[in-house]
Amino acid sequence: MAPLPVKFKTKEDFLSFKQRSIEQYEKNRCYLAVCGDTGCSVQGSKNLYDQLEIYLRKQGYTENVKLKCTGCLGLCENGPLVIVYPQEIFYQRVEPEDIEEIIEKTVIQGEIIERLLYSDPVSGEKYIYGRELPFYKSQLRNLLEANWKIDPGSIEDYIANGGYAALVNAVTEMDPGAVVEEIKKSQLRGRGGAGFYTWVKWEECRQQTGRKFIICNADEGDPGAFMDRSLMEGNPHSVLEGLIIGGYATGAQEGIVYIRAEYPSAVEKLKLAIDRAEDLGLVGENILGSDFNFQVYLSIGAGAFVCGETSALIASVDGRIGEPVQKPPRLVQNGYLGRPTVVNNVESLANVPLILRDGAQKYCRVGTEKSSGTKIFSLVGKVNNTGLVEVPLGITLREIIYDIGGGIKEGKQFKAVQTGGPSGGCIPASSLDLPTDFDQLSSAGSMIGSGGMIVMDDETCMVDIARYFLQFLADESCGCCFTCREGISRLLEIVKEISDGSAKPGQLELLKELAGVVKDSTMCGLGQTAPNPVLSTLRHFEEEYRAHIEQKHCPAGVCRELITYSIDQKLCNGCGLCLKNCPAGAVTGNKKEPHYILYDKCDKCGVCTTVCRAEAVIKQ
Amino acid sequence: MKKAIVLGFEVPRGPDGVSIVALLQAIQDKYNYLPEKLLRRAAREMEVPLIDVYSVAKFYKSFSLVPEGRHQIVTCTGTACHVRGSEKITEEISRTLGVKVNSTSPDGEYSLKCVNCVGACASAPLVIVDGEYHGNMTPLKAGKLFAQGAKGKTAVS
Repeated sequence: MAPLPVKFKTKEDFLSFKQRSIEQYEKNRCYLAVCGDTGCSVQGSKNLYDQLEIYLRKQGYTENVKLKCTGCLGLCENGPLVIVYPQEIFYQRVEPEDIEEIIEKTVIQGEIIERLLYSDPVSGEKYIYGRELPFYKSQLRNLLEANWKIDPGSIEDYIANGGYAALVNAVTEMDPGAVVEEIKKSQLRGRGGAGFYTWVKWEECRQQTGRKFIICNADEGDPGAFMDRSLMEGNPHSVLEGLIIGGYATGAQEGIVYIRAEYPSAVEKLKLAIDRAEDLGLVGENILGSDFNFQVYLSIGAGAFVCGETSALIASVDGRIGEPVQKPPRLVQNGYLGRPTVVNNVESLANVPLILRDGAQKYCRVGTEKSSGTKIFSLVGKVNNTGLVEVPLGITLREIIYDIGGGIKEGKQFKAVQTGGPSGGCIPASSLDLPTDFDQLSSAGSMIGSGGMIVMDDETCMVDIARYFLQFLADESCGCCFTCREGISRLLEIVKEISDGSAKPGQLELLKELAGVVKDSTMCGLGQTAPNPVLSTLRHFEEEYRAHIEQKHCPAGVCRELITYSIDQKLCNGCGLCLKNCPAGAVTGNKKEPHYILYDKCDKCGVCTTVCRAEAVIKQ
Repeated sequence: MKKAIVLGFEVPRGPDGVSIVALLQAIQDKYNYLPEKLLRRAAREMEVPLIDVYSVAKFYKSFSLVPEGRHQIVTCTGTACHVRGSEKITEEISRTLGVKVNSTSPDGEYSLKCVNCVGACASAPLVIVDGEYHGNMTPLKAGKLFAQGAKGKTAVS
């Protein structure tokens, strides 16, 4: 560890600390990076890390072989992931039993362990180095690259890899107006959903006088999105640095990170990061000997999706119920405690240090004319390589899903991709060549949103997806506007009727009309965008809705009331597995004789299908 | 982080002191629910009408006004979990343990809740038992996970 802690009083203090951190970092070139992100932890990476530590200690390797618990390494599907440095050998699905071999063979002798390598699900080709994987090759990991290199708990690692240099340079060399100017040149747009230009918010706030606030919106509420969580868990200092720079540029001396309670690990990492930055004087009074003071507070959400809306978020930070308020006045005039307030998303803030470090010009070279830079997406659902991907804005959906994502699971047919969370929509196969930028996806009836990308195959029912999102929004509507509170519930009623086969002809027209009313007559973004999942699925998959209504048939075989399970008497060998496992007791039959499903007892959970080895269960 | 002691609880401080939400979170953390007595004391301490404290307690999902079970079972119902069949898993757990969603078993042993997304979508669908994550769930696995617990022998896994 580099000597700690001395508060930096000048730029030179920082530079000499940085030099020591780099020397320290260079010394420990031989290390194992174990992914400690929630995604890999679920698959056992915490235990793996502990076991590795024990093994290294027992064998007396701790001096020469270091261990790093990093943030998300990306390819969550194949976790737990371990990267062996300095060669950068990429091992996946590592179990505690593999530890001895990894250390003795790969680390000590440089041998590759074939079975731990990633093999492409389509071509079967094996890859040794992480960067060569098709999953990483087509990405541009400007923000996420650091996740591979740094321990999120170590401010030294962050500084050794170029961290805080942008802040130090801004505070000591630039005036706030120049910082805003640089962000303006970069054309950075908010990564939280709306895609509003960051510099506009900053400039307006800078013009205001008196006490001001800057808030980092880390209330990543969209289901299926975890980009912000992974940034905060993997590289919390980058978010914090962006926030402090934002404070300097806007003249806000107080910053608040509003983070959801469902992310306990990110909360811990951020807390630690703030404490370390305070130790070094990067947060606090007279930062780097200047007259810039900046305090950071954490405000932890209590579980309400609507608090992602900025005015509701501010009410929540203030300890009130998260009800949005009518704008104008805009937050930049009348925000938290009635003072000018800027709210930025986690990923937007993480981009800020990069822009200042490399210059706006270089930043602009990536992306499209109106959407510059990269965007992180969480690629999940029925896709082969689920995980966190970072790509230049403007890349097509096909490239993301097929080149990076490796196509659809089990060779099934692609049906749609859902983007933008509950405010977004489903994009069908015919629009796969759309570029992902802020404006193009809106034209297809969806939006980039915060970056969740849920891939669906032909076994996903679009009516069921619409029902799912409407249920979500009906639960999460704060109830302030009548048309949102009642309108979404009525939309849900209709879609439920379609899904259970009781809808009458004409319901689709009613659905469309009501969706328009909700859209036009609610106050905040939640209500205005609530009909999107219905409208976009209707737009692209009206046939599927009609099949539910007219033929009482669910083509994807999802909507329970419209499907039945039965057993093929010819294929069934009477093994009794379905009978044993059926939770509803709906299977009957004698041993070694074909079994039957009792329809009145069957609740269509589908367990029989998963246990049957003879593939005798038929779903119709 | 800056902290303050309110009603004997350690509560993080914001720019405007301690907020009602933060205080209720500290109470919820300790007791697993918000006892009425403490809500009344919180209102007096914060110098706000009781209805303000009550409305906050009712509005946010992480607060409960009734005692929760000794074991907290949470199923993730995010979109990724949904398309991989989380609904059936919730049902299976509910059936195995005899607990309805958003309620607690009569013996006070289990509480079952759904949560919108925990952001571990690669391992969808997920069940979280007392803070421990179980990924790639199927109704069958979920049933097995709780089978022992339901018989009252041992707690879950």
